Amino acid sequence: MSQGQNDTLTKIVVISSDSVLPIDAAMRIYQSDTNIVIKETCFGTMVTGPRDAVNRVVREVVDLDRNHIFVKERGFLPGDERRCRSSRGGGPRPGFHYLRHEVQMLPTIGKALDAYDRKAPLKEIGSKKKLDVDKLEDMIKSEL
Amino acid sequence: MVKVIIYPTNSLILSDLVERFGHKPIAMMEKIKEKISTVSVDSPPLNITPEEPKMGLKYAAVEVPAGVRGRMAIVGPMIEEAQAGIIVNDSPMAFGCMGCARTNELTKYLIRQREMPILEVDYPREGNDEEAKGFVYKIAEFLKSLPGDEEEDKA
Repeated sequence: MSQGQNDTLTKIVVISSDSVLPIDAAMRIYQSDTNIVIKETCFGTMVTGPRDAVNRVVREVVDLDRNHIFVKERGFLPGDERRCRSSRGGGPRPGFHYLRHEVQMLPTIGKALDAYDRKAPLKEIGSKKKLDVDKLEDMIKSEL
Repeated sequence: MVKVIIYPTNSLILSDLVERFGHKPIAMMEKIKEKISTVSVDSPPLNITPEEPKMGLKYAAVEVPAGVRGRMAIVGPMIEEAQAGIIVNDSPMAFGCMGCARTNELTKYLIRQREMPILEVDYPREGNDEEAKGFVYKIAEFLKSLPGDEEEDKA
């Protein structure tokens, strides 16, 4: 494996913040004096470059709103022909559905992280229970 | 720092939480990167070679579909590398191009077979703040209970 490719890292930065917009994160990355490439997307940005530079820049972006900006590594580079929609004839790229599913959950996860930082007490959550047989019988009879 | 395998193996939320609390997530993305960035591409576009299903034989029998064995060739070494695990049950989105149902069952089974700290939680329902809090609190406390850098140095 070539050293250059091995040292290249791609990270997906997903922004689910009320105070930071994807463009704010992108501007912060543009301002950083590092040799990295970014791609703005509908959910945030993708950052590619040398491992140290990417980690440093991503840390700076996350610090803008720590509990509402989420990061994960990405295997493929942005625009990789094997994943990019432009070369695959449109449609969502593989992996997008799962990302979207999780992105919909991020506002509640962000609030939960805020609560954890505040050390807010956890309320008892009622677990889902199966319907009692007697209750079911009563319901059936009541229909009659 | 502990290597924590996450299931679903490509989860943004889990990968972020593990890293946020000071550990290293063992996730699919990193392994896929290794596969696609190796210079000598044997079988483009994904560099999956006939060796992968053979490696998968370590985890699944020969009559098991090649897709399961091929996936296990990537997931199996991840499980072996892990020192702790977080499994999120009720994750229907894990069924799809990232893994078939049988691979997912086998992955969860093999993680549970390992003698290491394991946390099993359910995904919070969308918009349910209390469930999300429970989800985050459990994961945070679990990750904080794992040894950090300082404790490892003392040992």
